[in-house]
Amino acid sequence: MSSATADAGHGHHDQGFIKKYLWSTDHKVIGFQYLFTGMFMALIGGFTVYVFRMQLAFPGMSVPGFGRVTAHDYNSLVTTHGSVMIFWVAMPVLIAALGNYLIPLMIGCDDMVFPRINRLSYQLFLVSSLVLITSFFVDGGAFGGAWTAYPPLSAKAAYNLTPHGAPLWLVAVALEFVAFLLGGINFITTVMNSRAPGMKMFDVPIVVWMIVIASIVFMASVGPLVAGAVMLLFDQTVGTGFFDPSRGGDPVLWQHLFWFFGHPEVYVVLLPAMGIVAEIITVFSRKKLFAYKTVLYTAIGTGVLSFFVWAHHQFVAGIDPRMANIFSVTTLLISIPVAEMVFVYIATLYGGSIRLTTPMLWALAFIGEFLIGGVTGIFLGASGSDIYFHDTYFVVAHFHYTFFPIAFIGSFAAITYWFPKMFGKMLNETWGKVHFWGTIIAFNFIFIPLFLTGARGDHRRIYDYTHFPDLMKAGMQEMRVLATLALVVLLAFQVVFLVNFFYSLVKGKKAEQNPWKANTLEWVAASPPPHGNFPELPTVYRGPYEYSHPEAKDDYWPQNQPPQTA
Amino acid sequence: MISHYLEQASTFARDIDNLILLITLTVGFWFLLAQFLFFGFILKFRAQDGKKAQYISGENKWEKRWVSLPHYATLFFDVLIIIAAIRVWQDVKMTLPQADSTVRVIAQQWAWTFVHPGPDNKLDTADDIRTVDELHVEVNKTYHFELQSRDVLHSFSVPVFRLKQDVIPGRTIKGWFKPTMTGGFDVQCTEICGIGHGIMAARVLIENAADHAAWVKANAPQVAAATPADNVPTGGSR
Repeated sequence: MSSATADAGHGHHDQGFIKKYLWSTDHKVIGFQYLFTGMFMALIGGFTVYVFRMQLAFPGMSVPGFGRVTAHDYNSLVTTHGSVMIFWVAMPVLIAALGNYLIPLMIGCDDMVFPRINRLSYQLFLVSSLVLITSFFVDGGAFGGAWTAYPPLSAKAAYNLTPHGAPLWLVAVALEFVAFLLGGINFITTVMNSRAPGMKMFDVPIVVWMIVIASIVFMASVGPLVAGAVMLLFDQTVGTGFFDPSRGGDPVLWQHLFWFFGHPEVYVVLLPAMGIVAEIITVFSRKKLFAYKTVLYTAIGTGVLSFFVWAHHQFVAGIDPRMANIFSVTTLLISIPVAEMVFVYIATLYGGSIRLTTPMLWALAFIGEFLIGGVTGIFLGASGSDIYFHDTYFVVAHFHYTFFPIAFIGSFAAITYWFPKMFGKMLNETWGKVHFWGTIIAFNFIFIPLFLTGARGDHRRIYDYTHFPDLMKAGMQEMRVLATLALVVLLAFQVVFLVNFFYSLVKGKKAEQNPWKANTLEWVAASPPPHGNFPELPTVYRGPYEYSHPEAKDDYWPQNQPPQTA
Repeated sequence: MISHYLEQASTFARDIDNLILLITLTVGFWFLLAQFLFFGFILKFRAQDGKKAQYISGENKWEKRWVSLPHYATLFFDVLIIIAAIRVWQDVKMTLPQADSTVRVIAQQWAWTFVHPGPDNKLDTADDIRTVDELHVEVNKTYHFELQSRDVLHSFSVPVFRLKQDVIPGRTIKGWFKPTMTGGFDVQCTEICGIGHGIMAARVLIENAADHAAWVKANAPQVAAATPADNVPTGGSR
């Protein structure tokens, strides 16, 4: 509703623009709203990490563009970085933007089945973003109790010293969850009901399946956390004691509620990114996806297993130590379906005709970098070694090797691949590759040093290591400086992306209807697709990955092409 | 591997380091193999004019071996790592060997208080030695620790011991360690606990028998004034 009041300010003369871009029920426009909001929030996430990494490399310096970083600032910056990048960047871009944009186009229908719920979903998301941004400017500043918000620290202003920031953070997160619940309902219902005639379950493109599975996992896991968030909000504001041990509450309960959602959440964002990669590597290696059904079943298996691993975040948190044994087993077992997906993607490359375009480079980089994130997770899932690694920079480096490929490499792959369809213009390939190499090389120079400092004992969320003599030994500070410099380089290269994005949007070469010669239905629509998507709704004759089929005359065989014309 | 950078100062530090080494070798091998195939395929199957890609569905029986063999390999090595991990975990976290002495560790925003048992080697007696941000222990003696918190969550971490345990207000969490070398090392709080989290540092000083005895003697309160035990208000169970 708040965007209604915001819109009123623009006056009546602009009704057409508002109706078309701000109050739209068109799935493509809502996808763009999510995409641009996510990109804007990524700037906030990027700025916060720039400030706190500068403080770590050069403690006490006046950071250009921010000033001196106090311990209070530092905690708020770290908390904001984590919350924003996961809830306001990865989720809106990977699931909401791409899900909204792609699902109706890829399954060959004209819009979502609940377009107005869809509009409400974005509006709630926008409100949640505004609430979060507001929390930076209230008395006491933004919440600084880490994105995991463990009570009692998060529950009492006397402990966290952010009397307004903490409740606002919680409200923002809870609203954001509601927004994605509404979006998820739409995705699942649309895919189940509105597929083009002839499109059977196994003809649905993998990326669509992945978004559906992710939405189901999200819906099934988020309930307990929303309940927990309300309980925590009551603890903060009306003085209940759900998480207060002195009044019979239990702070560890929050950790269970949080991670029961928090770990499936990793797969909620991983699966869509995996789906994007499947679409791109098949197109640019002109290969059928190796073992479609295996990918689908492993994705479902991952989704199911992801509900049984959460307590690996709590091995040393004071849970019954016997529980750690069970969760070690489940955690290591989840490596099997995820590894299988990676094997399938590598096998898909075999015998292909690989063209290293910018989207393909991003998709391949996802596989290469995510492998590092995957294997380092084993050290943390194994309870014995987690005793040492828990809450060190090894963990930070590990999950950035999963989340950066997911949230950024995956999104860049998707944006560079679908840009011609979305905006009817081609991105510049040369600048795309400059951006790619600048980002990938810098990324590794950030996090390989952090694996090393973590292995040597650097613990997380520390604004100044000079109080720890063992952590100031020779070489340690140099690695922190290296990581920070690499981060600055990485951020600088994002300017290349933004310039390329907006320049191509206006002045780019006009895109054909199907520039990549891909099979899936979104390429049947015009670039960009008009309201209603298809002149006449397509009929589907085959699966989405029939590249280089011996019976087809070209090396691709669009899903909607009738067999006799082949 | 870790020991190259950080001393192994407890009995189980070596076990944890060995577990880390085992995981590094097993997953490292598969990681390198996967990357080798991955880059190999990218180089070998670059697009060439007039050469069509192969059509492989991956649904045939022999093609499925691409997936099923790595599947069983992953399972096998997972089981191996699970067994090794649980063995270490049981030793560190699920057993409590007979203690020579017990220390109480009390965390608060943002300092550590250590209660040493004093000359009588018993806690909660008048001769307890209380220190702030400095834990004194004797080498080659088995210690139990009792963790308590006065306010929020903290985590008691001694990297050279490879030991870490969260501290929860309202509870007393027990554990053990046995130092194996003398020296002074960092104690960290590894659970975010507010704005002073970054300065919540302490030191553990591991002394030989003579030095430790001397420290106890020099610091023990004068028991003559038979004051009752100064119990720490923790707001929870004792």
